[in-house]
Amino acid sequence: MSKALLYDATMCIGCKQCEVACAQQNKLPYDDNIAAESVQSAHKYTVVLSKDDKFMRRLCMHCEKPACASVCPVGAFHKTKEGPVLYDVWKCIGCRYCMVACVFGQPKYEWQSLNPRVRKCIMCPDRLAVGKQTACAEICPTGATKFGERDDLIREAQARISQSPSTYLPRIYGLNEVGGTSVLILASAKVEDYGYPASAKIGDTPMPEYTGRVMEKIPDFIPVWTLVLGGIYWVSHRRDEVAAAEATEKNGSKQ
Amino acid sequence: MKFKLTFWRVVFIVIMALGLYSSYIRYFHGLGAATNMTDQFPWGLWIGFDCLCGVMLAAGGFIMVGAVYLFNVERLHAVVRPAVLTAFLGYILFIVGLLFDLGRPWYIWHQVIYMNPHSVMFEVGMCVMTYTTVLFFEFLPNVFEAVNWKAPIKWIKKIYPVLIVAGILLSTLHQSSLGSLYLIMPSKLHPFWYTPALPFFFFGSAIAVGLAMTIFESTQSAKAFGRHLELPVLVTLGGALLVALWVNALLRLEDYIHRGLVRQIFKPSYEAYFLWLELVLTYVIPIAMLSFKKVRLSPQLLYLASISTVLGFITNRLNIALIGFETYVGHHYVPKWTEFSITLMIVALGFALFGVAAKYLPIFGEQKERLGVQAHLRPAVETGHAATATPVLEHAGD
Repeated sequence: MSKALLYDATMCIGCKQCEVACAQQNKLPYDDNIAAESVQSAHKYTVVLSKDDKFMRRLCMHCEKPACASVCPVGAFHKTKEGPVLYDVWKCIGCRYCMVACVFGQPKYEWQSLNPRVRKCIMCPDRLAVGKQTACAEICPTGATKFGERDDLIREAQARISQSPSTYLPRIYGLNEVGGTSVLILASAKVEDYGYPASAKIGDTPMPEYTGRVMEKIPDFIPVWTLVLGGIYWVSHRRDEVAAAEATEKNGSKQ
Repeated sequence: MKFKLTFWRVVFIVIMALGLYSSYIRYFHGLGAATNMTDQFPWGLWIGFDCLCGVMLAAGGFIMVGAVYLFNVERLHAVVRPAVLTAFLGYILFIVGLLFDLGRPWYIWHQVIYMNPHSVMFEVGMCVMTYTTVLFFEFLPNVFEAVNWKAPIKWIKKIYPVLIVAGILLSTLHQSSLGSLYLIMPSKLHPFWYTPALPFFFFGSAIAVGLAMTIFESTQSAKAFGRHLELPVLVTLGGALLVALWVNALLRLEDYIHRGLVRQIFKPSYEAYFLWLELVLTYVIPIAMLSFKKVRLSPQLLYLASISTVLGFITNRLNIALIGFETYVGHHYVPKWTEFSITLMIVALGFALFGVAAKYLPIFGEQKERLGVQAHLRPAVETGHAATATPVLEHAGD
């Protein structure tokens, strides 16, 4: 079954322990300056944002049908059945199509490096492999970030909304967006105010379908177009051959 | 041989020197030091111009090969070689440009090992790779002729039908696929440029630019090398360009009507200014010009119309690659001087290599006698055409 994270913004106290744990887990530097940075980057996979005393966390959404995996020419990204979207740095050629394609703007780049890598949250696959939860969920003191089975978390999120409908906006962000994600968000404020793309704008269609519709036609297009082109070539040159043959015939009959 | 320092040679040397210094910054201090690209703007000038525009500007190769060898439009024969040369150089320089843009260019060969058939980028990469090989073989006879090596020319002649069909097939695929690259970004790219029809528009613009570039380079080379310029060739190309522009324009209009954007297009906005610039250069000026017979019969005016077309479509692709993302990102992207400098170096290399090739290879020679790939097939047709192709313009445009 597929694992997921449920982030409940109403329970978040903005302690940024998840940022610290994430940095430790991924062997990234973390200090007061980095803590103050409010944007994700190659050295900060997750960030806790605050606005009007409310908090919001950002991290890779781990789409069910990830755009990054579909666009990568060398297949450096893949969605595992456990949930995480992983990145194989040794395949990467650095075209950055993943960065352009991701609706959540999650893949970040090591712009200063001479052998740069794409960086993003990979949902602690090493911890998951030994049955542990992600570092951010484990450290969260309030349970705002909760780790579990995606289906269970969806049921729990629905239950929370129905138990206190005045607290929450009646939606789970990530349930259906771009075909569903493995990070689910509950909040009292609009996630769009914190930089998340609007649900209406990104829709429920998995992103790979946009290019898939064209790509799936190519295997049929190649033989058909080859035949058409070959046919045109044959016809237009056959005409010349006939003309040439007739011309020599005429010349021959005259002589 | 004496080397004379002309104005253009000085310009070339300056561009190359700056370009090499910029290359040093790119490879020894990284993309961050050499470009203004950021996490928000991961694709910049090099993708927008060197790749998207470079491939479009090289489209003349497959258009002219298609016209002459596929459709047998014999009177365009004289422009096939320069068009194939432009395409061959264009694709090589596109790959050079890619080596600057890729973060890990030393792994570019991974493309053929770790294939992802779902990726448009993978498809573009494979097509460009194989098409460059096809262009190499289409270009090779020039070299063999220059050294008077007859046997290999015969071999290439034998596989020519395959090269022609493969070349056009691969071009159809990757010219349109460059547009498909952007299909996955409906929420990011501005609606003026995001449309499900992008692959069709990219293919359509490649045809128009292929024709315009052929007019441009024929006239330009006639000026530069004092070559003969055949007016019927230009007239044919000009007429075809007018048709291609109309088709492109009507498809664009239909797309805007279909998506209900017509009113928005006329409302002043940051994107609208760039769209207007694009549309005026691409459609309004050249279509207005080419509608007059006087223009279609004047090499000088045809030259101007083709330049407007090329600049217009370049604006179109830069709008798609750069301007169209600025609202989504929330800030402007202006390339760093090093980005401009490397792009300029690549373009200058293109011009220089074209010049060298034109000087030492039979690019503008009398093809009919020298090669005429199917010459053995059509002695009668050939002589019939010689009469119509006689009005020769010397030093056209001077």
